[in-house]
Amino acid sequence: MQTNFTLAQLADPHVAESEKILRRCVHCGFCTATCPTYVTLGNELDSPRGRIYLIKDMLENGRPADEEVVTHIDRCLSCLACVTTCPSGVDYMHLVDHARIHIENTYRRPLMDRLIRDLLAAVLPYPARFRAALGFAKLGRPFAPLLKRIPALKPLGAMLDLAPKSAARVSDSASPGTHAPEIEKRGRVAILSGCAQPVLDPGINEATLRLLVRLGVEVVVPEGEGCCGALVHHMGREEQALTFARRNVDVWMREIDKGGLDAIIITASGCGTTIKDYGHMLRLDPAYADKAAKVSNLAKDITEYLSALDLPRLEPKRLNVAYHSACSMQHGQKITMAPKNLLKAAGFTVRDPGEGHLCCGSAGTYNILQPDISEQLKARKVRNIEATKADVIATGNIGCITQIASGTAIPILHTVELLDWAYGGPKPEKIPAG
Amino acid sequence: MADTISFLKPREAVLSRRAAIIADLTELLPPECLVHEARELVPFETDAFVSYRRLPLAVALPKTTAQVAAVMKYCHRYGIPVVPRGAGTSLSGGAIPQEDAVVLGLSKMSRILEVDYANRTATVQAGVTNLNISEAVGIDGFFYAPDPSSQLACTIGGNIGMNSGGAHCLKYGVTTNNLLGVKMVLVDGTVIELGGKHLDAAGYDLLGLVCGSEGQLGIVTEAVVRLIAKPEGARPVLFGFDTSEHAGACVADIIGSGIIPVAIEFMDKPAIEICEAFAHAGYPLDVEALLIVEVEGSEAEMDAMLKAIVEIAGRHGVKTVRESQSATEAALIWKGRKSAFGATGRIADYICMDGTVPLGKLSYVLNKTSEIVERFGLRVANVFHAGDGNMHPLILFNANDPEDAARAEEAGNEILKLCVDAGGCLTGEHGVGIEKRDLMRHQYSEADLNQQMAVRYAFDEGWILNPSKVFPLDGRPAA
Repeated sequence: MQTNFTLAQLADPHVAESEKILRRCVHCGFCTATCPTYVTLGNELDSPRGRIYLIKDMLENGRPADEEVVTHIDRCLSCLACVTTCPSGVDYMHLVDHARIHIENTYRRPLMDRLIRDLLAAVLPYPARFRAALGFAKLGRPFAPLLKRIPALKPLGAMLDLAPKSAARVSDSASPGTHAPEIEKRGRVAILSGCAQPVLDPGINEATLRLLVRLGVEVVVPEGEGCCGALVHHMGREEQALTFARRNVDVWMREIDKGGLDAIIITASGCGTTIKDYGHMLRLDPAYADKAAKVSNLAKDITEYLSALDLPRLEPKRLNVAYHSACSMQHGQKITMAPKNLLKAAGFTVRDPGEGHLCCGSAGTYNILQPDISEQLKARKVRNIEATKADVIATGNIGCITQIASGTAIPILHTVELLDWAYGGPKPEKIPAG
Repeated sequence: MADTISFLKPREAVLSRRAAIIADLTELLPPECLVHEARELVPFETDAFVSYRRLPLAVALPKTTAQVAAVMKYCHRYGIPVVPRGAGTSLSGGAIPQEDAVVLGLSKMSRILEVDYANRTATVQAGVTNLNISEAVGIDGFFYAPDPSSQLACTIGGNIGMNSGGAHCLKYGVTTNNLLGVKMVLVDGTVIELGGKHLDAAGYDLLGLVCGSEGQLGIVTEAVVRLIAKPEGARPVLFGFDTSEHAGACVADIIGSGIIPVAIEFMDKPAIEICEAFAHAGYPLDVEALLIVEVEGSEAEMDAMLKAIVEIAGRHGVKTVRESQSATEAALIWKGRKSAFGATGRIADYICMDGTVPLGKLSYVLNKTSEIVERFGLRVANVFHAGDGNMHPLILFNANDPEDAARAEEAGNEILKLCVDAGGCLTGEHGVGIEKRDLMRHQYSEADLNQQMAVRYAFDEGWILNPSKVFPLDGRPAA
């Protein structure tokens, strides 16, 4: 579609990139159909095409962000279903990233919104702080219903609701060190410990470590790794996101220099999407562009990596697994078949819930910042999953696990936990007896 | 922005009362159902005919027929133009608003109200997407037949407005052949029902009049559509040819022999390349023209029909014949075809023509189309419903170059005139909208147009419903 930028505006590399993206859009409207917020709210302003148009109008006119634009951009889950749908190849992800940065730089949010965002950005990316916060959350939980009745405080209520009911176990799976392969070595990988996942569910990376070393893979938990930056990146806090990214790039480059890496294993697809984008995020930083691109190329979801290992086919088990594909998995990283094929090969019966392209409403901190839409999407997702009458749910992202678990009694696990069990690991506690 | 096609001059009496109108609409609709902030109106200024843009006065997104009726009653009382909008996927500008108009969007009315297999009908709200109907009944072995390429997103209300077609209409007919009833809000807010669950109603076929009336006779809020049992099997087959002439002649011969496949779709080389790049459907890249012929039925039926078609294609020098080997492959073949327009966005901006020509003239019109486009120094990709002669030349241009855009528009007009002169018509399924409005005189005499406008006038004498569309702006009866 036609764009209207001056040469001066196009001198800004971010604007130049967005202009290119906008030029690809032909305004066909296909993206509206698979957008969770459009499907829920029925207003084009809350659809990708509407947002693209709002962003275009804001950037072309060189305007600071305002309340209206912010409202509709904030409602975007960044699920990227639109990117999967778009026949024209519009790179909505980087367009909305730019819009979020522009909002963060030019718009002053209302006080409560600001405080809550500051709180999330200061706590969630840091495991020690997050663990401490969960302790407070336990004390605060009785107040959740009250908080949810005050519109500005709703996010706090949602936060308390999402906090796990029991204290998180401290695991050493995130402690730096090298885990030697149990059989002849066939590869060497680094694993991302991440930030929220080891606090909420350390079992996921424990299963990953067990499985990989059993399969002959040396796994390094590098010293100094941290949050991938996705969380603040999606808030438009670019400098903070890039700081996280640079730190991880440094850490992994050090590991590459030490003994080479076949892959950087990621067990949370939300993080995977971001790390695979490091090359793009740091493209304008001459000191990091090449290194970041290298890291992005090495980043692999655990199911991607396992698919290349040719695992043996196992006898069928009598367990029906509903596979929930996280948006960051299917739309962000375009990994659709690998997790299901692995589960099938491991003997599980895999069922596909209806409307699989729709987000569960977790979307990073979305379920805290947009609790109303998030609740509706969760209910829809749970309805679709429960209709499969599966015994357990498998997925590849901690956000979805927390979100969906808060809406259904069907146990939900990470795909790798089922695979670890099938290939000789302990039976996950969540699997029903029998 | 292109400006060859003009809009009606906004009504001063409406513009000057903007604030009061918005205040009144606020009384009629819940807050989340009304858009009126300047910033938020911008995304509603166009549809998929994106070269033309006009900001609306406000956007109403009602949730019920009663709310639609209340808005209509109000706008009728004050002479405020109303532009209905489904998903805004019109390629002819059917949903483009104007400065004095309230956009009436049906996107919040997207529920399937009833599925009645005994009568093979579905009753749906107008804002439900075309594909949602087929998805809702697919598990029980049924589908809704008309399948515009935008079926993923376009709404049934918009389909009724434009009497939309689609690839599979060759066998099953267009919207009007699959529509049994509507609930409709008249211009003054009166709610009426036409038709029902039966194939024909007593008296005049008013439903036939409403279908394809481009939102000028009323606002459809609900529809009863016909469901069809899915065939036992369906198989798209790819036929590659060395020239477009051969492919075109083959189509005419298939139809002429009495065979009616479900679909015969045509793609020329540029279209094949565009679609293959997006869908990776395995279209042959070494041919000049490709036909996607879909047959359906039992294995024996499909085999028999295919045999006959392959034989005909052989007489026209077919170069490659490839059957889809799996359901996934078949789905990819259709995905590529149905995404053709959007996928074109990867290489250029485009405007999409919609002329329909007699099958015997396909090759002639294709050749002439290339000549015209070349003369204007532009490129063209052809991807269309060959079985019913409904052509879709996509004229490629650069929207950031105003001269290029003007040339594309001119070339488009010439192509549409060519279709009419070849014995065809301006529009097969996209509707007239604003895009073909000023060409209507090439198709119809003044007397023809006056008769059509008399019908329109009988429904809406104030000309407030989608007023800038369909009929040339001059020579209209006074409102």
